[in-house]
Amino acid sequence: MEKEIKTEEARLMKGNEALAEAAIRADIDAYFGYPITPQSEVIEYLTREVPNRKDKKTVVLQAESEVASINMVYGAAGAGARVMTSSSSPGISLMQEGISYIAAAELPCLVVNVVRGGPGLGTIQPSQSDYFQATKGGGHGDYHLIVLAPASVQEMADFVFEAFRLAEKYRNPVMILSDGALGQMMEKVILPKDGSLSKTAKPWATTGKTKDRDHNIITSLFIQPEEMEKVNLHLQEKYKVIQSEVRYEEIQTEDAEILLVAFGLSARICQKTVDLAREKGIKVGLLRPITLYPFPYERLKELSNQVEFMLDVEMNAGQMVEDVRLSVEGKVPVHFIGRMGGMILSPEDVLNKIESIHESQNAVNA
Amino acid sequence: MNEKLYLDAEVELEQVYSKPKSLTDVPFHYCPGCGHSVVHKVLMEVVDELGIQEDLIGVAPVGCSVFAYHYMNVDMQEAAHGRASAVATGIKRVLPDKLVFSYQGDGDLAAIGTAETIHTINRGENILMIFINNGIYGMTGGQMAPTSLIGQITSTTPYGRSAAQIGNPIKISDLISLLPGAYYVTRQAVYNPNAVRKLKKALIKSIEYQKQKKGTCFIEVVSNCPSGWKMTPVESIKFLEEQMIHTYPLGDLKVPQN
Ligand SMILES: Cc1ncc(C[n+]2csc(CCOP(=O)(O)OP(=O)(O)O)c2C)c(N)n1
Ligand code: SF4
Repeated sequence: MEKEIKTEEARLMKGNEALAEAAIRADIDAYFGYPITPQSEVIEYLTREVPNRKDKKTVVLQAESEVASINMVYGAAGAGARVMTSSSSPGISLMQEGISYIAAAELPCLVVNVVRGGPGLGTIQPSQSDYFQATKGGGHGDYHLIVLAPASVQEMADFVFEAFRLAEKYRNPVMILSDGALGQMMEKVILPKDGSLSKTAKPWATTGKTKDRDHNIITSLFIQPEEMEKVNLHLQEKYKVIQSEVRYEEIQTEDAEILLVAFGLSARICQKTVDLAREKGIKVGLLRPITLYPFPYERLKELSNQVEFMLDVEMNAGQMVEDVRLSVEGKVPVHFIGRMGGMILSPEDVLNKIESIHESQNAVNA
Repeated sequence: MNEKLYLDAEVELEQVYSKPKSLTDVPFHYCPGCGHSVVHKVLMEVVDELGIQEDLIGVAPVGCSVFAYHYMNVDMQEAAHGRASAVATGIKRVLPDKLVFSYQGDGDLAAIGTAETIHTINRGENILMIFINNGIYGMTGGQMAPTSLIGQITSTTPYGRSAAQIGNPIKISDLISLLPGAYYVTRQAVYNPNAVRKLKKALIKSIEYQKQKKGTCFIEVVSNCPSGWKMTPVESIKFLEEQMIHTYPLGDLKVPQN
């Protein structure tokens, strides 16, 4: 049964399914994954849809574990394929050794984390509590992923293309850090054009040694410390260049006296808070980091010259807030409000927090 | 001895042996008498003879043979400890017309990587898995492997391996023979030239089967680790012959059914 998939038409889709459809359209060569709520729709969609696309040769394989999945990703990426996996928090924890190997061997690939509340087995409800793990390395050794944080179903789809563009440009693993709500909710989405992501040459890949070149080796082992240091210096240089890829969105920051900082789902909530506050005559703006690594340190530093205080809003115990504080270097107070364990703040919760900070500051000033 | 050699230095010498072309010129780092060297050499002889250097992609493990990629002059990837068969799966699935092999020790394949081993074979991945069973963890300094013999002294079984405490030697080849995905399972060894010739035949067969897309071929090689066993190379060969093969009898465990 061949289905006709129209290109430009807007569709109503779940975040996980939009991401999976975008992956097909991005011409991934392979997907390896293991089921876990709240992201199982990704592999379910792929196993259901790919056989209907006669023009696609995508490999979709349900592995025996996330450990196996990420190592299959390593093998396929090393062999030059455009490859991805997806999981949710506990599964992403299991992948960390493999991700570290992938970062060290400089293999382009996409890892999607549809975050659920932790620690431990936690809850299947949405959370942002894997921010540290995603942005600071996650596994062993000095490395970074490029991290993209979608805030809509549209971005769940668009960022798949963006992720592979960045991964292949920098030979670096990219993570899409989403959450259970974005994965599960349905929204209108205009899908990226099928086949519009061109392939990059990968002369380093293990595709079979030809006479005109030495054998290609994919490894992360550099046993001499001098050599290992060189590899590290090279990686750090690369991460410096990657800083130029920083992306963020600003909402009503031009005249803002108070700045909200939030990513992903929290940023959507804060957008509503901005409206509520402005109705009351409080000049609130929002900065939403789109790349969590690289992080918009510079822009936040600039904004610290303009605002009275910043309020960082997250669905965790306060993780990104550390980066916000690093950005402003103590110039303005950076407050935090968050909920954990799968609980979501309301726009009113954030507004109340703004008002109470405001009051206590006025009390101090009086 | 060829008298002529002494009499007339200008006569052309007859070359009776050379190292396989598919081995690089990098000297092996293996201990004297180590089985890894022999298996590397035989495998690359097979690559030369079958003319598959351009088609073959290998996966090295974490273990003493971690540097296999320096010696084997084919495209290679180095996998995380235990994950070689998952990495090989990733390669083979995206390059189905290439030939893929994984090369693992017993700690790698039969302890930390057991899940990957079983599921790779259960899926019948069309690859060759080479399993070096030397009954010990060579690389990390001679600790017990799941394949260590009962009574064997290692650095973590200083009083000898006891079945009551830590279980019996695991016979992975016997286990995986039960899986329909396993097409050819054989146990070979490297303790004398005849055994090495048999190993070579098994390697050639496995490559032929892979070309025919038959499923997983699994070759266990009962090997030695003179350093880990704290023996001379000669003593280690004797131990292999007298003790190892007693627990791990040689021969085919599963042959193609036509
Ligand atoms: C995740 C992880 N755990 C442990 C190690 C340490 N380690 C390296 S090799 C090895 C065992 C190697 O033994 P085996 O697979 O039998 O190979 P051999 O060295 O005997 O050839 C261990 C435990 C590691 N590198 N990675
Ligand atoms: S430690 Fe053992 S397995 Fe490792 S190289 Fe030496 S003899 Fe070979």
